[in-house]
Amino acid sequence: MSKQFTKLAYNSVEEMLYGACPNPVTTRSGLVIGGGEIYPEVNFTLPPMHITKDTMPEVLSIYKEMITGVCKKAHELHAPGLVVEFETLPDMTEHPEWGIEIHKLLRETMFEYEVKYGLKSAIRMTPNDIREMHRPPIMRSGQYWDAMVKTFEGSGKDGADIFSIESTGGKEVNDEAIVNADLRTSIFALGCLAPRDMKWLWTNISDIAKAHGVISGGDSACGFANTAMVLAEQGFIPKVYASVMRTITTVRALVALENGAVGPSKDCAYENIYLKAITGTPISSEGKSAACAHFSPIGNISAAVADLWSNESVQQVKLLSGFAPVVSTEQLIYDCRLMNTATQKGHSLLMRDLLVESDCYLDPQAYVLRPDVAFEIGKEIVKTQDPFLRTLNTAKLTLEIIKNAVDKKELVIEDRELNWLDILESQIEDIPEDEEAFIAEMRKEVDPSKCNLSEYGI
Amino acid sequence: MDFEELSLAVQKGKAKQVRELVNQGIEEGISIEKILNEGLIDSMGIVGENFKQNKIYVPEMLVAARAMSAGLSILEPLLTATGVKPIGKIVIGTVKGDLHDIGKNLVAMMMKGMGATVYDLGIDVPDLAFVEKAEEVGADIVCISALLTTTMPAIGDVINEFEKAGVKDKYHIMVGGAPVNKAFAESVGANEYTSNAADAAEAAKAFLEKKYNKGA
Repeated sequence: MSKQFTKLAYNSVEEMLYGACPNPVTTRSGLVIGGGEIYPEVNFTLPPMHITKDTMPEVLSIYKEMITGVCKKAHELHAPGLVVEFETLPDMTEHPEWGIEIHKLLRETMFEYEVKYGLKSAIRMTPNDIREMHRPPIMRSGQYWDAMVKTFEGSGKDGADIFSIESTGGKEVNDEAIVNADLRTSIFALGCLAPRDMKWLWTNISDIAKAHGVISGGDSACGFANTAMVLAEQGFIPKVYASVMRTITTVRALVALENGAVGPSKDCAYENIYLKAITGTPISSEGKSAACAHFSPIGNISAAVADLWSNESVQQVKLLSGFAPVVSTEQLIYDCRLMNTATQKGHSLLMRDLLVESDCYLDPQAYVLRPDVAFEIGKEIVKTQDPFLRTLNTAKLTLEIIKNAVDKKELVIEDRELNWLDILESQIEDIPEDEEAFIAEMRKEVDPSKCNLSEYGI
Repeated sequence: MDFEELSLAVQKGKAKQVRELVNQGIEEGISIEKILNEGLIDSMGIVGENFKQNKIYVPEMLVAARAMSAGLSILEPLLTATGVKPIGKIVIGTVKGDLHDIGKNLVAMMMKGMGATVYDLGIDVPDLAFVEKAEEVGADIVCISALLTTTMPAIGDVINEFEKAGVKDKYHIMVGGAPVNKAFAESVGANEYTSNAADAAEAAKAFLEKKYNKGA
């Protein structure tokens, strides 16, 4: 039986702060995420190299070097806690034994630092959603799904603390929609396809998590909203489209929490702020200190209500001071230290609002992440339980919010963006409110060589 | 047929009007090559320039490209019959083990927009498939993309396959993707690196114009 969210988790927007939430989670080591402090979440990846059976000893040696450096720095800087995300590379999910072996190495090293130095830590295991390696994707069976299950199970047995994934249900349809800024098709992908996949996927992930004592964390619509954000940053697509993509991905993300996930949701899911408003569960986020991985116009505001603060990912390359993962760890620890000190001095609301105000007027993608806007959008989402209607209504509301902000001169957007507000509105004004009718319309437009609707139970 | 009217129709993505004007031009006896070059390709050049100057976005460019294709579909059989060659042939794909294709798709679409014939191999493409397709279609350019640090070396593997087959010098090999840079491109023997889709299309166009000795 799915959980239902019918109201927001907070009574007032002032209550929603970083480092704390109504429903914190506790890891195996006793780290309470969302229990009052914000912790760094570090992610790292290999330098350019092949991953094969023959190179696995070298791969393991590099991971050992990275995790040792990260834990050592966390210990030296007195980090009150540390979360490490191991987001596998596709080869490591396709060959589960490789991903499981690396996870074990990371977990054991983190445990050594806990025993020796009392460094409380937790590891988030994030296999790849490799179902899309088959085109059209086979969503609920087959070699790729089996490999994903083996990776979750193997790491769960070896002590993973949190499970996450960047799932791709609907992405095969949305990829083309993004480059065309086609909001109608994006609503089909994110409002009709993705929620169906998320329900099935997160029921399964949560079952595996429960069997092994792992926290079922949450998802990220990275391949949807972050792709849009990066393309907008490059000037390829309108920022207002990317802003709407951000808010509407909340609906699919919420399905994970309706079906067993409890947070912390994944770092690159900037839509997490809406999730936190609705569910009161802890969230991870990333911004200015993830510039090592990608640029964004939301460097500060993304930290405003975060419970974990992440670097997204960084390669093991040498910088002047040291290896990049260690550099990232130091940056994250200082970010968190400042925010936790503000909390201790009773200034967390001020700190939150400074993070918000410093970004929100300069880009629509930042504006829609304001806590008050998150409340407005969250309230709209919980009005109905129908994921499609939630998605459609959120898209309409987001456009209205941006238009009002522009009218009130609260938000600066380029002239070429203004035209797109009208284009996007016209793209969705004729979408029927009956999902079946909408699916019947879209069925004619979906390329069967790219997407098999029956994989979604349609 | 008014070339100015055709140009505006392409720029605004009015496919139906483009078809009508191209047909009108053919009926009036305007040369096929002139309609192609001065009517369609030059119009897309204006669209590309507007994009470079941040006046429009990719979706607007794609609408224009589709309108241009509508006109091109009328011209193509006539071009073949009269022996006029397309601007060039390009094979493109994402390397083995890599599932990322949005950037690659953008490059492909922009190259189509400049009038090239593009053969898109998709994602997770085996090394040898690039060579086989390039040889099969007589490509001018091969574009290889990778988005992960761990799949980036596969770009070098693909180029090695071209070398092993003894055909590397037949093709202009272009590479790109988030972790790729100029130094890496040079180290694996690629001919050209570009950092984004618009630059890739422009570089391909410049190469083809030089190769076939056509003016800009």
